[in-house]
Amino acid sequence: MMGRTIFIDPGRCIGCQACVSACRECDSHRGKSMIHLDYPDEGHSVASLPTVCMHCEDPVAPCAEVCPADAILVTADGVVQQADTTRCIGCANCVNACPFGVPKIDLQAKLQMKCNLCYDRTSYGLAPMCATVCPTGALFYGTVDELRAERPGVQVADSFTFGDVVVSTGVAMVVPADKVQWPVPGGLPIVEVNGRAVDQADSDRGGGRRAGGMDGTR
Amino acid sequence: MSSRPLPLDPSIAPPGTRDFRDAGGIPADRWHADQNGETLVPTHCCFCGVQCGMYLRVDRAGKVFGVEPRNHDINRMRLCPKGINAYQQVNHPDRLTAPLMRRSRDEPFREVSWEEALDFTAAEVRRIQGAHGNDAFGLLGGASLFSEKTYLVGKFARVALKTRHVDYNGRLCMVSAAGANKLAFGIDRAGNPFSDILLTDCLLIAGSNVGECFPVMTQYLWGARDRGATLIVIDPRETAIARTADIHVALKPGTDAAFFNAVLHVVIEENLVDEEFVAAHTTGWDEVRAAVADCTPETAGDICGVPASQVVQVARAFAGAGRAMAWHARGIEHHSQGVENCLTVINLCAATGNLGRPGAGYGTITGQGNGQGGREHGQKSDLLPGGRSISNPEHRRQICEIWGIEETELPPAGTSMMEMVWQMQRHEIRGLIGICNNPFVSLPNYTTVKSGYDALEFHAQFDFFLSETAANAHVVLPVTTWAEDEGVMANAEARVVKHNKAQEPPAGVRTDTWVMCQLAQRLGAGAKFAYQGSRDVFEELRLASAGTVNDYYGITYERLEETGGIAWPCPSTDHPGTPRLFEDGRTAHPDGKIHMQVVEWHPPMDPYDEDHPMSLTTGRTVAHFLSGNQTRRLGALVEQTPRPWVEVHPSHGFRNGDPVRVVTRRGSEVFPALVTAAIRPDTVFIPYHWPVPTAANALTIDALDPRSKIPEYKVCACRIEAAERVDEVPAPPVAPGHVAYPAAQVSRTDPLPPTAPQGRGTAERS
Ligand code: SF4
Ligand code: SF4
Repeated sequence: MMGRTIFIDPGRCIGCQACVSACRECDSHRGKSMIHLDYPDEGHSVASLPTVCMHCEDPVAPCAEVCPADAILVTADGVVQQADTTRCIGCANCVNACPFGVPKIDLQAKLQMKCNLCYDRTSYGLAPMCATVCPTGALFYGTVDELRAERPGVQVADSFTFGDVVVSTGVAMVVPADKVQWPVPGGLPIVEVNGRAVDQADSDRGGGRRAGGMDGTR
Repeated sequence: MSSRPLPLDPSIAPPGTRDFRDAGGIPADRWHADQNGETLVPTHCCFCGVQCGMYLRVDRAGKVFGVEPRNHDINRMRLCPKGINAYQQVNHPDRLTAPLMRRSRDEPFREVSWEEALDFTAAEVRRIQGAHGNDAFGLLGGASLFSEKTYLVGKFARVALKTRHVDYNGRLCMVSAAGANKLAFGIDRAGNPFSDILLTDCLLIAGSNVGECFPVMTQYLWGARDRGATLIVIDPRETAIARTADIHVALKPGTDAAFFNAVLHVVIEENLVDEEFVAAHTTGWDEVRAAVADCTPETAGDICGVPASQVVQVARAFAGAGRAMAWHARGIEHHSQGVENCLTVINLCAATGNLGRPGAGYGTITGQGNGQGGREHGQKSDLLPGGRSISNPEHRRQICEIWGIEETELPPAGTSMMEMVWQMQRHEIRGLIGICNNPFVSLPNYTTVKSGYDALEFHAQFDFFLSETAANAHVVLPVTTWAEDEGVMANAEARVVKHNKAQEPPAGVRTDTWVMCQLAQRLGAGAKFAYQGSRDVFEELRLASAGTVNDYYGITYERLEETGGIAWPCPSTDHPGTPRLFEDGRTAHPDGKIHMQVVEWHPPMDPYDEDHPMSLTTGRTVAHFLSGNQTRRLGALVEQTPRPWVEVHPSHGFRNGDPVRVVTRRGSEVFPALVTAAIRPDTVFIPYHWPVPTAANALTIDALDPRSKIPEYKVCACRIEAAERVDEVPAPPVAPGHVAYPAAQVSRTDPLPPTAPQGRGTAERS
């Protein structure tokens, strides 16, 4: 289990793309950014939402699961690595399998690329570049306790529903306690946060079974 | 009052985000900089007034090639996209590396030796001044220069050029706030450090798009919010911070003074005035109280186009909080009533007793890196070093003594930057040297600016890229970037920080200090400009500021390196500096009081009529800096925001990307529409970082605030209409002998299709 992880707090994101630029500067994909920044309600709001690799845990990362070349390794500490370039055949199965739309294919090189949680930094105790620079703390790296010390009472989710499938992730999402009826990435409603049932009245898209409970012991 | 503990200690990095330098334990086979023969040079970002700490990564050959976040207590490792990409300009292929010269604007530039360029410049100065008097030659400096250089600009103008006409581009930035602070407090700086924001119970942000202009400051805003502080945002647009504010007042541009007067009216009506504080610490209260008697929420609501109830809400939230703070920026300062807008905010802080305490006070957020320090030491037309007035005989005498000149030799006050352009049009100013500024993009009413510059008989420009303004010059002198010299800047908190030299300048490039000293020598003032470098100039600056309101005497390079920054005034080398003003209850006025000022709202200078019924307002985007001369050449930033757009409300019937013509009394231009409900239906917004034909400043009005002489960038009358196609953005000018930045580097992923809407929608695409 990872001691630390990234928490994504869309309520803080200002859409500045410092994370995108920082990701380009990090040594693992020098010159390329592995972050997506989405503008979910453009035209009505300036809201923005960063997506990094969620480092899925259960079921074992869908991208790794479908890779015919066994190129995507998951490390013992839960980091889903970028496809091994000596094995990757550029088939894009991982792109199709990822529920969060994370892996990218470099069409020229016929190679997959994805966020590997700045393994070169995190494995030696530094934070990933994106979470280090994010001016607002929309990307936060640390433990859930460290997050709560800075943001008292904050609620987090690390499980997401896609139809009947529940995916538990290594990266977690901040879900403001009073706004839990809002969907999280995956586009589907949360029905439960930290063991607490969430009013379904606002969400008629259905399908969701549970959302995560991080107890701070990860 | 909020009871939660302080969550953010600004001097400690966020968990996990250890400084690269302190991390230790990284084995030799990793990419650790020291292991690869790299060095990390601690310095600060060259851009905005936050002045984030960063390391520049320097390779074995001594060249800057990257950036690492640095745990400086201003930014706690955070950086915005400009800061992250800033290093790319240091060794950019567009850098100018030899002086360029031509005798008339019809000729192409040719590369010449420094000797020839400097001799020609000095000869032109002598020719013009010989024929038309010393004041026929002007000097325009910049607020991105180190304070040492801004000091030198002021001295060079008065001692070497002997002209009264010197000003700087900070005139376009925060001089309104400076003027108001000087009137009310006798001192021109923010009252509190950023860290006080974390302690406040109510934070009012007026006219500042913090998320895009000062992104790293948002961590303080969000930190305050985490503790339960109320966040109030006053802005015609729903900006990223307005989106999450408790109260967002989307008032009509140009109505801020009416709004704040009405807020004060409600504070008085509801007995929320801190009578004890007002009696002990202010003058002018009776006049102000009487003047706002008629400023009811209903009247203000009509003027500002917001519900009257919001006025009441803001008054109760601000005055009812135990500790309240107001921070503002260009949104209320870029007006023909800019000084007065700031004074209404000061009146509110003073009436509610919110000054000089942790979590209670005010601040203006400087736009340019050295917007604060850039005017403190004599670069502004009416100021001498140490913030002394050039019209005060005692101040003149003191400076003449330090400079070793007769008082009769010191010219009187000159005019402001925009007024100098009008003087160029009238041939009163015939020659000009520009240092570190780009008025062709940054001044309002481009047609006027161009005609002023075209009328110059001689124009020289210092720059490290060929800016739109430099492309108009006779002589272009290639100077260093911030990474190739050392010096200090004062950030928005008036904290003086030190920038360090990370690499040697490219061959052929000289420091601005060296160039000014060389010119001074050729103009017969060499003995007064015998500096070896920034350190020499800083030592003189320390002495020249000693005993003034802007006292730097106790600040040394060594102390800055040890402490990470010292806020002035700092009168002695054992003084810790002054992060928070007025803690002893005294302002810098001789009577120690806050001088409250009566303000009467007046409408903006460009009247609305049937042809021009809407407001045009302008501002920044997060990816670009000021005139874009620097950031429009950096691939990632170009890709993030490749071209300007016009933000229009959905009620006008446009779709995203539609070509929209914006027409004002100065001209018209066509931009792609960004349709968004986040703007008032009666207002449009254009970001201002681009040159013609997509220059917001070809449309804005050159009306000035009568006191600060700041242009009214933030409001003018306009109309919008459907157009055929959008105007193309020209590529940045490239000097002869230099290659354009290779297309592959400009855009590291696919460029956007030319018709795509720009702006916040241009996310990273795979
Ligand atoms: S750096 Fe942070 S605030 Fe900026 S876009 Fe990325 S997640 Fe959002
Ligand atoms: S531009 Fe301002 S906020 Fe961005 S990194 Fe530079 S100093 Fe910090």
